[in-house]
This record gives sequence, C-alpha cells and structure tokens, in this order.
Amino acid sequence: MKLDTTVPQRFVVPIGPQHPALKEPGHFEFTVDGEQVTGASVRLGYAHRGIEKATEGRNWVQNLYLLERICGICSHVHATAYCLGVERLAGVTAPPRAQAIRLLVAELERIHSHLLWLGVAAHEAGFDTLFMYSWRDRETVMDILEALTGNRVNYSANLLGGVKFDLTPELTDKIYKGLELLEERTHQYVDVVTSDATLLQRTRGVGATTREQAEELGLVGPTARASGVERDIRTEAPYAAYPDFPVQVVTATAGDLEARFVVRLQELFEAYRLIRAVLEKLPPGDLQARMPRKIKPAETVSRVEAPRGELFYFIKSNGTDQPERIKVRTPTLCNLASVCVLAIGSQLADVPMILAGVDPCFSCNDRMVTVYSGDTAHTQWTWKQLRQYGIDYYRR
Amino acid sequence: MTWQRVVDDFRTWARVNSPWVVHFNTGSCNGCDIEILATLTPRYDAERFGVKLEGSPRHADVLICTGPVTRQARDRLLRVYEQMPEPKFVIAVGSCAISGGVFQGCYNVIGHIDEVIPVDVYIPGCPPRPEAILDGVVKLLGHLKNPVLEETIQEAG
Repeated sequence: MKLDTTVPQRFVVPIGPQHPALKEPGHFEFTVDGEQVTGASVRLGYAHRGIEKATEGRNWVQNLYLLERICGICSHVHATAYCLGVERLAGVTAPPRAQAIRLLVAELERIHSHLLWLGVAAHEAGFDTLFMYSWRDRETVMDILEALTGNRVNYSANLLGGVKFDLTPELTDKIYKGLELLEERTHQYVDVVTSDATLLQRTRGVGATTREQAEELGLVGPTARASGVERDIRTEAPYAAYPDFPVQVVTATAGDLEARFVVRLQELFEAYRLIRAVLEKLPPGDLQARMPRKIKPAETVSRVEAPRGELFYFIKSNGTDQPERIKVRTPTLCNLASVCVLAIGSQLADVPMILAGVDPCFSCNDRMVTVYSGDTAHTQWTWKQLRQYGIDYYRR
Repeated sequence: MTWQRVVDDFRTWARVNSPWVVHFNTGSCNGCDIEILATLTPRYDAERFGVKLEGSPRHADVLICTGPVTRQARDRLLRVYEQMPEPKFVIAVGSCAISGGVFQGCYNVIGHIDEVIPVDVYIPGCPPRPEAILDGVVKLLGHLKNPVLEETIQEAG
C-alpha cells in the first residue's frame, strides 16, 4: 500500500512486526481517518523459514518431525495430515485403534487451542481476568496431553502407519477427570462471553461477516461456522476415525465476534463428547502398520480439520525415500483476507479484536515469499495474477 | 560506602525485583511462545518474581527471543534490541534459538539468535517446559544480584 501524500488528514498506522497484541511477527498498515479505518494491508513472511523446500531434502520419517514444527499450537493436525497422505501414497492403512487415538489427540488439541484462543482474544479486549482463568484451565488439558504423549507442545503422537503410544486405564481415568473439570468451566465461560456487559461491547456486532461474505472470502473453520457456513472437513470428508465417531457441526448466524466466541466454546462441548465416545468404544488391535521405506511415484491430497479450519496437504512422491514436493495450505491464510475487508470502516480500537477473531497463526501461514527489488512500492496481487504467476512459475 | 555505591545498589535492587520483559518471535513455530505465555499465567506465575510482559522494547530490561532468525526478522530483531535501554539482557528460548534446531539448513533461516545479538541465558528444549523458562529467568536475576558470586560458581562447577 502506498502512502497518499495528497490527502493530509489521512494517516497510516504501522503495526508490527514486534507488537504487543500478538505473540507472532506480522506487519499491518492501517490507513485511518480520525478513528475510522479506511484502508488495511498486511505484510507477512517474518516467520517464513522455507519448510516446504526443506522437506525435499529429508526422508519420509524425518519430515514427520519437521512438519510437526510448522506450528506449535496445532502440531498434531499437521502430522496427521502428513501421515494420512503418506499412508495413502504407500497403500497402507493405519489400524483402527491407531486412528481412534489420532482422533483423541486431535480433539484434545482442539480443546487446548480453543482455550488458548479464548484467553488471547479476551486479552485483546482488555479482559485479562478471563485470559488468566482460561489459561489456568488450559493447563488441565496440557497435563493430559503430557501424560499421554510425553510432551506438552510438540506431541509426536503420530508415526507413519500408526501412533506411538497406547491408552492405559490410569490415563483413561485422568482424561475423564480432566474433562469433568473442563466441562464445568466451559459452561461458565459461555455464560461470561454471552452476558458480561463490558466484553459484549467489544464483541457484539463487531466485525460482523455475513454468510455471503464468508463464502466469497473463502473463510474456513470456526470463523466460517460463526457466519452460518457449515464447513467442516470432519463431516464433509471424514478422515482417521471420524467416520465411526460422527461430529455435529456447531454453527451460529450472527458472524460477529460474539458468535465466534460462542462457536468455539460450543465446539469444546462437542470435543468433550467425542473424546468420551472414543474412550468408551476404543477399538482393540495393533498400534502400527508396517510402512515401506520408499514410495512409488504418485501424488495425493490430504485434508484435515485443524482447530482453525481446513488444513490442506499436497504430497508427491518420486520412488525414493524422500518426497518430490509437499505443499501446505493452512487455515489462517484463508481467513486472513477477511481481516483486511472487515477492518475497513471499523474503529481502530476494534482492529486487534477483529484480527484476533480469526485466530491467526503466522508461523503456519508464512509459506511464500516475494522479494521486491529496489524501491518498488508495495503491491497487492489479485487472485487472477497469483494464479497466472503460479502457472508461469511451474512451466519454467 | 560512597554515594555511587548506594545508588548502584539501589538500581540493582530495583532491576532484580521488577525485570520487564519484551518478547520477540524471530521465526519460531509458536511452541515456545505459548510456553512463555503459560509461564506468565497462574499455574507457573512468573509475576511473583516481578516479571511483567511489556509491549514496547523501549520500556523493557529483558528481551526473550524464540525461534531461528529468518532473513526478514533479522533487521527487526536488531532494531528491537537497539531500542532497548542499557543495561539489557537477552534470553534465547528453545532449541531453534540456540542452534537453529530442526530448521537448520532451511533457505530462509540465517541461524541462531547469538549470530545476530549477544545472548545471556540459553534455555534448551523443544519447547522448554514453563519450569525451565522460570529457571532461566531466575538464573539471570541471580546473576544480576551478585555477578561475582555467580561467575565463581560457574567456574568452579
């Protein structure tokens, strides 16, 4: 975005990459007219590390650990998407027990991610008490994850062809106890976000996205579901053990920040129900199927529902023990466009809330980098140009 | 005891009892960042050591860095470091911040934090547990309180 010097009353507020609102680097420029935002642009890429290229120099097993570290919050879904894709390429199916455990960890991770988001969003609204409460309760699910997998953040629960650990009766008891506490606390959070007058002033009617807008912008995950779009990979294309444990999609119609709070909190109840169902009907059997070391040339697409929305993996093999190409598209990239649209016309003070409302995760997000030469001003690419660039790039 | 000594002691006392930290992510996967936040929340509660997360580097004493340094983040990291008032201290959290970790050799990664700015405390782990982060902070505070004693212990140990 270019600074317009001919209109003196306009002012550009640059935010980031180091900023108090989010813990991750991202640069935003908001043009303001008084308190009103009249233009918004986002610059990403501070956390771009070149993971997709790095996967091409590592073998299938090493990549599992690399791809898990694309994002520390939703590491399990990245590993699951990768494992499901590679297993499909190799013609191997993980045993039912392993699939159920994958689902279990994925839902536990959803709980941890949504509670984390609740805290961060409350912090943006200036409601630090809720931030502290939700993070205190989040420690319950972190303890469960640690007891199950041995690590608090990058769990490494998945293996190619299965999972690493089994459930014991003690662990099952621990999970039941933790869920009981969390369920009780979640009821209270739903109560707080729908009745606290101060919080409602920051959330009700702010950043409202209509259903048409949500579909046009291609929103995914809870952000889309808060606008009434029933978009959930767990029901549209069930993977792992989701065919056996169907999910009821939670939606709302308002599309504002309050609806996003409510949808994410209601999804927690759905996660508690799913985890209990899995623990009751855990299929017996092996934990891992045997995987070949090399995979014949083929390509596949693997989609899973991350806590933030649809996570998309394209995997291509070339007959060796290393992948030919891995392409990752994370949910934040789909949702971030909505921030630039919604911010225009809103108050500057609401912008951090609108940004937090999509649950952005920049380390997931920073996939492509464009280097501007010399004094080129910032440009924005349309979808058509970007598509043409992609076609030309790969034709070369 | 000279007046200078009294003033210095007072400064050290104030610094040790209320270190304000600023946090910068130079390309990390978020894992360390959420563990740093967890350290500040009630279960671990770093605030009992006077630690306060501050938004602006101009008000901060301690810079907590996570992640390998990417090409875009390098200049920003330097700028954040230069904006901090003296004396300033840097804590590198996580394997990536120490050695580049799993991202070693990625084309957009320059390397680890101490290739760009000097680091005082290294906290290993992928990611380190909140207890480890607390331990790192307390070690730094101990060093500030009594640098000579700490150095002797380190040399002996």
